[in-house]
Amino acid sequence: MQMSPTNIFAPVSTPADSIFGLSIFVLVTMAAIFVVVFALLAYAVVKFRSRPGDDRREPAQIYGSTQLELAWTVIPVLIVVALFLAAARVIASVQNPPRPSGALEVIVTGHQYWWEYRYPHLNIVTANELHVPLSDPAHPSPTFLTLLSADTDHSFWVPRLAGKTDLIPNHPNQMWIDPHQTGVFVGQCAQYCGTQHAKMLLRVYVQPRDEFERWVQQQQRRASGASPGAASMRGERVFESTACVNCHVVSGTPANGRFGPDLTHLMSRDTIAAGAAPNTPQMLRLWIRNPDAIKPGSKMPAMGLSDQDVDAVATYLETLR
Amino acid sequence: MATTTIAISGYPAAPRPFTLRLHDWVTTVDHKRLGILYILYSLIFLVLGGIEAAIMRWQLIRPHNNLVSPEVFNRMFTMHGTTMIFFVAMPMLFGFANYLVPLMIGARDMAFPRLNAFSFWMSALGGMLLYFSFLGGDGLYGAGSAPDVGWFAYAPLTAKTFSVGHSTDFWILSLLVSGIGSVGTAINIIATILCMRCPGMTLGKMPLLVWLNLTMAVLVILAVSPLTAAQIMLLVDRYVGGHFFDTQAGGSAVIWMHFFWIFGHPEVYVLVLPAFAFASEIIPVFSRKAIFGYSVMVLATVAIAFISMSVWAHHMFTVGMGAGANIFFVLSTMAIAVPTGIKIFNWLATMWGGKIHFATPMLFCIAFLFQFLVAGLTGVTLAVAPFDWQLGNSYYVVAHFHYVIVGGILFTAFAAFYYWFPKISGRMYNEALGKLHFWLFLIGFHLTFDFMHIPGLLGMPRRIYTYEPGRGWDIWNLIVTIGVAFQAAGVLVFAANLVLSYFRGRAAGNDPWDAWTLEWSTSSPPPEYNYAVVPSVRSRRPLWDLKHPEDPDWRYE
Repeated sequence: MQMSPTNIFAPVSTPADSIFGLSIFVLVTMAAIFVVVFALLAYAVVKFRSRPGDDRREPAQIYGSTQLELAWTVIPVLIVVALFLAAARVIASVQNPPRPSGALEVIVTGHQYWWEYRYPHLNIVTANELHVPLSDPAHPSPTFLTLLSADTDHSFWVPRLAGKTDLIPNHPNQMWIDPHQTGVFVGQCAQYCGTQHAKMLLRVYVQPRDEFERWVQQQQRRASGASPGAASMRGERVFESTACVNCHVVSGTPANGRFGPDLTHLMSRDTIAAGAAPNTPQMLRLWIRNPDAIKPGSKMPAMGLSDQDVDAVATYLETLR
Repeated sequence: MATTTIAISGYPAAPRPFTLRLHDWVTTVDHKRLGILYILYSLIFLVLGGIEAAIMRWQLIRPHNNLVSPEVFNRMFTMHGTTMIFFVAMPMLFGFANYLVPLMIGARDMAFPRLNAFSFWMSALGGMLLYFSFLGGDGLYGAGSAPDVGWFAYAPLTAKTFSVGHSTDFWILSLLVSGIGSVGTAINIIATILCMRCPGMTLGKMPLLVWLNLTMAVLVILAVSPLTAAQIMLLVDRYVGGHFFDTQAGGSAVIWMHFFWIFGHPEVYVLVLPAFAFASEIIPVFSRKAIFGYSVMVLATVAIAFISMSVWAHHMFTVGMGAGANIFFVLSTMAIAVPTGIKIFNWLATMWGGKIHFATPMLFCIAFLFQFLVAGLTGVTLAVAPFDWQLGNSYYVVAHFHYVIVGGILFTAFAAFYYWFPKISGRMYNEALGKLHFWLFLIGFHLTFDFMHIPGLLGMPRRIYTYEPGRGWDIWNLIVTIGVAFQAAGVLVFAANLVLSYFRGRAAGNDPWDAWTLEWSTSSPPPEYNYAVVPSVRSRRPLWDLKHPEDPDWRYE
């Protein structure tokens, strides 16, 4: 269980941590009840079985007992009250957290089948890979996520950081994380959203403050644009003269579509297709040529480009750092 | 007591031609025949829904498997869920209610025999509409296609924008039509129980099965009506420009969730109360003791029904309802564990001090007690809203509700099949095959649904057609899929047992279990009119009184 990168019992952020503590209390209580009732049932089944040598007389008929009924009503009520109070406390602490002034804000928009991230105060737009700073428990710098949807229902679930919260059109939601461990934390969409729900994967990069600042500066730069190499220049022309621009943004160029992920800094990402494939030259070319080969049913169409054009577009995209 | 049958002169002794017998079945208004039709119909759909489950499990046997496309997988889980709830569980339980309730209250038929037939055929039409979508539910490219929006069909995935073609329309219509049948049967059950009890059978002397079905029927009316309303609203959205759930025009996806779950959660109790009903009849007979705490059992039943109407939004803890609403639904949901726990303890006390006979029906009931205990406890973990933020929509939830529906409801339904098979067919089933079925199904159930909890705890969401390697889910999914083979084998043995015993089983006689309720006082199978002389009763166990005149129940009740 320790090996799983999505284990709910290995929290690294306060909301996941509070849930973890509560869940242990609940599981221990349930296990205790299970052992007691299981033992009683097993005892009754073994002890009161009819035996071959029995006489044919019926056992004593007992119709009920008020004391017993009261006991097994009152005791469960007390257990329920204890569990309820514990749950209410965690609900209040996770749903109404203090909001320090240094908190980072990110607007998460779910799309069929990818994630859009906007950092309104930093003027950054990116996709599928969320970067957040490490939060020192002594000086917390949490990240607050506003959850929106562009189409159907989705759910943001990175088990080691927090429980899931749904992204519902016309119904903005909030959640927060304050990871106290660096690394890449994975998860995936947890509300069925259409054909490729399964490959709507989540990657959250938790970085030390200085590393996060460097990432911010790099994202804020204008894309370098097509370097004066013949192939990438031709690739940019192909990109800008086909339907690519209807769905994708490359800032500073005519490409300003909003339907698909922003590609301005595509090469700063480890994965493509919402985490379905690594961002390698081969995968990028395969994805452009035939998206269904990686993610059947994805909204990215196969553009029917010639091999030369695919290669040129990919070469151009590889300049977007 | 009515233990004789009337010979009717002129009644044809020779077997009637097949077409005439078929005509008899299609036009029947006899509650017993309609009950059998309901049950057979549900068994056909059980096989269909089981095949859909097997396809899903085969696809998930390893990561990045390519047995089926995502489109097909999504149709499979939508059809599996819709089929199993609406066209297996409900008709199966309605079938038993139809067959048993009039017999157990000493009536000659249901209150409204024609409504009964109408309701059955509406349900049948609903199932056919759903499966016709495989042929007629044109998708965008004109290919045949089944619904793929999930069995709770969250908006706005069902809007025309996202669900083109007509597969979603077939889904809507099939539930709309079968819902009318369900409400018809519910009204019929209520009217029958309230108006047609035999002399002496006051409400407090009804067998528990009758009480539980009465409560179930009330819940059906309360739960199915909002679902029907929501289906009509969705049709309005799709065809005449309504915006109830169309979020692109300002509609609300959350309202659909409320409508669906105010149906969906009481529906769980619609299904589980009849399961409790079977257990409450079978456990006493095979423990040779009266049910412990009859009146508390009735109170707990009614309490479950009341509370179940106030818990629906525990399906929506991740929707962003605000702390106050979440806290309310934590409390109401946990509250339901109390009357449910009372029931388990009363069954336990019924066995305590008895002489337990391990015939197949009792084996299934004992397994039910253990499994329902686990299902209830995992249910409490899910009721704890923060825990649900992790567990909701994961495989843990899938494991939990299959524990309820298979481990609870299907196990007691199997118990009921074996217990009443002698009454319905007039023949005994084969005990060895029955036990083989039990053990195969028990092993398969636990392989599949015990281990299914684990990938959920490790972050595996439901409804994904494939998954990434390296998440620690592979081995568990493999074990879960292996369990399916055992369950399928168990069901094959069950089917073989039913067919063989129907033709070859030895005659059962009126009362093979030495039982205590009225249905065992008439012949097996009962004549069309059930009782030649309407019986009259003095206690909850009229046949006990008859068999033990020195120590009748009515002295103590």
